[in-house]
Amino acid sequence: MHLAYPAVLSALLFCTGLYGVLARRNAILVLMSVELMLNAVNLNLVAFDVWLSRTAEETLHSGQALTLFTIAIAAAEIGIGLAIVLAVHRNRGTADIDRLRDTAEGRDPDEPDPETSAPGTAAEKAEATA
Amino acid sequence: MTTTTLAVLVPLLPFLGAVAGLLTGRTAAAFVRPLAVLPTLAAFVLAVLVAARQGGGRAVDAATELTPTGSVPIELALHIDGFAALVAVLVGLVATCVQIYSTGYLRDDPRYPSYAALVSLFTSAMLLVVYSGDLMVLLVGWEVMGICSYFLVGHYWETPQARAASLKAFLVTKLGDVPFLIGLFALAGDAGSFRITKILGAVASDGGLDHPTVIALLLLAGVAGKSAQFPLHTWLPDAMAGPTPVSALIHAATMVAAGVYFTARLLPVFEASDAAMLVLAVMAAVTMTGSALAALAQDDIKRVLAYSTIGQLGYLTGALAVADRGAAVFHLLSHGAFKALLFLAAGVLIHAAGTNSLAAMSRTRGLRDRVPDAYWTMTVALLALAAIPPFSGFFSKESVLAAAEHVTGGHTEHAPAAAGWTVLVAGLLTALLTAAYATRLWLLAFRGRGTEAPGHGRQPVTMNAVLWVLAIPSLAFGGLAFRLLPDWFDGRDLTPTLTTSVLGTGVALVGGIVTYGAWRHTTALTARVPLGAVAAHPEGDAGAVEAEAIASHAPAYGDIARAPDPADPGRLLLGPLHRHAAAGFHLDAVYAALLVRPVLAGASLVRFLDREVVDAYVRGAGALPRVLGAAVRRAQTGNVQTYVSALLAGTVVLAVAAVLVATGA
Repeated sequence: MHLAYPAVLSALLFCTGLYGVLARRNAILVLMSVELMLNAVNLNLVAFDVWLSRTAEETLHSGQALTLFTIAIAAAEIGIGLAIVLAVHRNRGTADIDRLRDTAEGRDPDEPDPETSAPGTAAEKAEATA
Repeated sequence: MTTTTLAVLVPLLPFLGAVAGLLTGRTAAAFVRPLAVLPTLAAFVLAVLVAARQGGGRAVDAATELTPTGSVPIELALHIDGFAALVAVLVGLVATCVQIYSTGYLRDDPRYPSYAALVSLFTSAMLLVVYSGDLMVLLVGWEVMGICSYFLVGHYWETPQARAASLKAFLVTKLGDVPFLIGLFALAGDAGSFRITKILGAVASDGGLDHPTVIALLLLAGVAGKSAQFPLHTWLPDAMAGPTPVSALIHAATMVAAGVYFTARLLPVFEASDAAMLVLAVMAAVTMTGSALAALAQDDIKRVLAYSTIGQLGYLTGALAVADRGAAVFHLLSHGAFKALLFLAAGVLIHAAGTNSLAAMSRTRGLRDRVPDAYWTMTVALLALAAIPPFSGFFSKESVLAAAEHVTGGHTEHAPAAAGWTVLVAGLLTALLTAAYATRLWLLAFRGRGTEAPGHGRQPVTMNAVLWVLAIPSLAFGGLAFRLLPDWFDGRDLTPTLTTSVLGTGVALVGGIVTYGAWRHTTALTARVPLGAVAAHPEGDAGAVEAEAIASHAPAYGDIARAPDPADPGRLLLGPLHRHAAAGFHLDAVYAALLVRPVLAGASLVRFLDREVVDAYVRGAGALPRVLGAAVRRAQTGNVQTYVSALLAGTVVLAVAAVLVATGA
């Protein structure tokens, strides 16, 4: 199989993920888009590893090993991310990224959110992750 | 032990006592009193031994150079002649008396340990000044005294008067000390040494000094500040805000005596310039007559004594102006004894009466029966102050007047005849006024009528015993010593001459009798005008009563120096002058207008320049980054997706740039 097929596929996946991250308003969908981007990277890693190992005398398959790491870390990340989104949703009744603007300039960080009286720390963490 | 070793121990012992007192004062309360009294007493005994060994013979000189210090060497030097030996005995005696007296006077004072240590340090500094043979070492003692007087005058720092007085004492003496320091450098530059013996040798040599007048006038500024001479005397009356024993110490033996003693030591330097001697004479004349007039108008008993000290110091500088340092130091010794006695007795009196106001005392009956010891000793001291024979003040004051009279004839090359006339006329006038204010003080304090004096029991025995110890020299020192002293001093005769004795005693008697007459005339008014306030806590120790009396004088009488008392004979005698004399001839107001206000105005100008001009640049430098920061902050919308978009855009730009650079386009 030619290298172009997986490369094009991964580029498409990545662009889809990027669009999702930039355009989606729901925090869960943003997290899903992040997963798409991660998987595009994983695909690239595997494809190029195979392509490079064809010419080499002996190889460690480091690309495929790194992919396993990425999958593990992505699993942990999505777990924490979803937990934070859940906590934010419980506190604020929404997971809409456009409405979680506690770090905007001109707002007192100590002041509770005018819409809900929940502490802002959870929301900030959610944004940092997203 | 050699005389030199003994002499080194004399200033060293009080110094070690002071250090030990300051270190252990809080932890070992039982040792505070022995540590205060014993080193001073030992120094006194050693000073007597040194004087006995020196015996008025050849001066004891010893010097050691610790380390080379450049062009003009500074040496740890002793120079003990008859003057130094006797003045050290006086300092030791008065300091010992003051320390013993203080144990009773400040019995319950919580700050007694540091007070006693500072008095010891003060004594040690004065002894250093007295014995030192090197002007730089002398200056060390001179400045240590300055700072000690600052601390001791401000002992009752809870009261605003004491705080202001201690600052004033420090600043005014420093005002003189700056020219003094420059004068010392100029003198050492001309003479090539800081050693007193070498300087005197240089003055006596054919070349003499290059700039005698400039040096003498610069040194005179320091002497005037330290010895409270016009125009730098204003700190001394205010220094009465300190405890009475401190006043006794400052006025009798240390501090103010230092300036006169210094001039006596370096008298040949001053003699080299006729102008300096004339300035000295005029300074002395203005000081003594002005202060005697002011003393007649004061209401606070301690301020009367303070102005009296200024006047007597005027006599000392007068004697120096007519180039007779024997007479000057003679009067310094006898004045030291009776002025210390006057202050210590006044302390007892203030404690017993519960007030420091003469107006209030004159409305209290039977004060002398409450404090018989203070009454008798103070009478002796006042007679000595008024120079009534045969008390010691008579002989010493006569020696000054006789010296002045000798110079008026013009048969001496040491001092101009004009100086002699100035000192003689001013001296006689002051003798009259001195007798007048001494009589007024005695009559108002002890011959009061009105309510019975409050009884506080007997005064502490330490306080009364000291009074009698000091009464002996006040009574007999002059008469016994005037034949012996010439051997110790320059050999100039100190015997009273007939003319000046008759004149001096005559004007003193006139002054006393006139004041008595005025008092008889005004005393009837005493009962009609009720006046006076006494301390609210008479059971406290004497120091507490005094602090309270000083603090309440201005609120009770409207002024710290005078009281609106029509029964005061001083008011009758001075007439319209009384108001001005009570305020010290408004010298403080003049200084406030000439010096204090310009300095304050300058300070506010500097503050304006600093806050409005210098800070404007600093604030301007901060303003631009702040504006830029505000602009950048506007991008902070709080929307995460905007941030990521910006991040992406930046990455794309960087990637394109990297590709362009890599391809070399």
